[in-house]
Amino acid sequence: MQFLLKLSRWIDRISEAMGWLTIGLTLVMVVVGVYNAVTRYLGQFIGVNLSSNLYIEVQWYLFSLIFLLGACYVLSRNEHVRVDILYSRFSRKGKAWIDLIGGAFLLLPLCLVILTYSLPSVINSWKILEQSSDASGLPRYPIKSAIILAFMFLALQGISEIIKQVAILLDHESSVSEVNQ
Amino acid sequence: MSEWLGVLMFLGALLLIFSGYPVAFSLGGAGLVFAVIGGLLGKFDWILFTALPQRLFGIMSNFVLLAIPYFILMGTLLQRSGLAEDLLETFGILFGRLRGGLAIGVILVGTLLAAATGVVGATVVAMGMISLPIMLRYGYSASLASGVVAASGTLGQVIPPSVVLIVLGDQLGVSVGDLFLGSLLPGLAMASMYLLYVVGMAIFQPKQVPALPPEVTDIPKAQLAKRVVLVMLPPLLLIVIVLGSIFRGLATPTEAGAMGVLGALVLAALNRRLTLTALTKALRSTVELTTMVMVLLVGATLFSLVFRGLGGDDLVKEAFLNIPGGALSFLAFVNLLVFFLGFFLDYFEIVFILVPLVLPVVVSFGGTDVMPLTGTELLVWFGVMMGVNLQTSFLTPPFGFSLFYLRGVAPPSVKTTQIYAGVVPFIMIQLVALLLLIRFPGLVTWVMG
Repeated sequence: MQFLLKLSRWIDRISEAMGWLTIGLTLVMVVVGVYNAVTRYLGQFIGVNLSSNLYIEVQWYLFSLIFLLGACYVLSRNEHVRVDILYSRFSRKGKAWIDLIGGAFLLLPLCLVILTYSLPSVINSWKILEQSSDASGLPRYPIKSAIILAFMFLALQGISEIIKQVAILLDHESSVSEVNQ
Repeated sequence: MSEWLGVLMFLGALLLIFSGYPVAFSLGGAGLVFAVIGGLLGKFDWILFTALPQRLFGIMSNFVLLAIPYFILMGTLLQRSGLAEDLLETFGILFGRLRGGLAIGVILVGTLLAAATGVVGATVVAMGMISLPIMLRYGYSASLASGVVAASGTLGQVIPPSVVLIVLGDQLGVSVGDLFLGSLLPGLAMASMYLLYVVGMAIFQPKQVPALPPEVTDIPKAQLAKRVVLVMLPPLLLIVIVLGSIFRGLATPTEAGAMGVLGALVLAALNRRLTLTALTKALRSTVELTTMVMVLLVGATLFSLVFRGLGGDDLVKEAFLNIPGGALSFLAFVNLLVFFLGFFLDYFEIVFILVPLVLPVVVSFGGTDVMPLTGTELLVWFGVMMGVNLQTSFLTPPFGFSLFYLRGVAPPSVKTTQIYAGVVPFIMIQLVALLLLIRFPGLVTWVMG
């Protein structure tokens, strides 16, 4: 169990890092958004097309990265919205059972199915070095690969959560709170 | 038979959601479970899942949803930088000498901070923490004060530029600009009705809404003027510019949102409130809220993929189209359903689950006596009506979301029964607004020209 809790702690650190990464990307997305708005407007004003597909695509690439890579982080912070009308009345162990069963039979299979069905299309995108259909657009294969990364990290964080719930159910509660510190 | 699998799937998803496991994964998980069952019974073809990568990619490259993080960040920046407190204080000094003035200030701040409204709880908690203690300290009746906070905290959802309207626009397939425009008048009308109620209280029940003592409100005129110019006008101006540029077609919602963030950053900096901590906190909330909504959408997409595969959407459409009483029954049923779901689910979940299901039916019933509108106008009207309905639901005891969150931040001296009593007049106002909207759809559409 100690080994598993250590593993869980490492996974939590990866998700935490993803959190900081996405926080940084959000700031970059603001800069790019302002740039896109200003150049389009200025361009209209002086009658020259200043905006470029490149930055418009960078903008939604950033947006995608934020919620894709943010998914594991938000799970680790327990911020995915729940309907807690009953859940909030359950005991700590009752909650642990819900999260354990949900993690093992809903979240992990979900990640697995999305990974299984997305992988061929991502591999294909790499094979043909898929490009944006717009002039001066970005290559598509990196952002498509982000889907794979995102659901791998999400599944990892799911495993970490399962470990923590098992620890609670086996009365290793003190070690969970230790790990969380 | 396979259609009934769709019904079971819907119930199964609700069951999982009520277990308390995150809604996004409950929805997606229910999809998987029933894909397996349907597959075993030969009623579901797993080849449908090959559409999954394309769906995911569609969500990623969606230009409407791209506006979400900007508006969330703009709202959280305004909130985290203490602008909300400053606004409330200035309104208090400005109107506080009048009876009911403080309550009027709370309603106006709730209207102004619409952009920050993503999740009901967040705004009610923020408004409740700032304004409830102040109103109680100056002798407001506990029930009136809680009613004002609960109602103003949810009001922002139906007033542009709220994030829920962006999500709704995407799901309805109408432009966010149209939805903002359509919701502007009903939203402001409701805010005015709230204000009228407070004014009425000030006239007929003055003890419940006392004026502030003179030593608080008596500050030199020049100083007050300075406060108004520095604290009140800039955020108001920011919102007007952001909305105005969308309405006049000068900017897309995404562009306006990005510029709005820049504006909020400048305002916070000018007020010397742009600390690294405040900025990080605002960015963190933005990441969390954006991700929460988008992952929910991914889960809901998987759910609807399987639901459609099992023929569930045909069943729903058929059932509604053959409903006895036609359009009127449908409208009544949908409103009751939304109201009931609003007790348990937040705005985003209801929009993601319900809108795709009822949308085709709404379109089929368009142009009838009950729903005279068609096309974009019909959908915008339907969206605004749903928003007002949900907002009423969030206020209704004993399950209403707003009440639950307000209870969490209200001081123990405020009894739960006082909170319940306080929201009743606002529920009445909401119901009147809802009925007016249904009877006179022109309230939504006349500004759209």
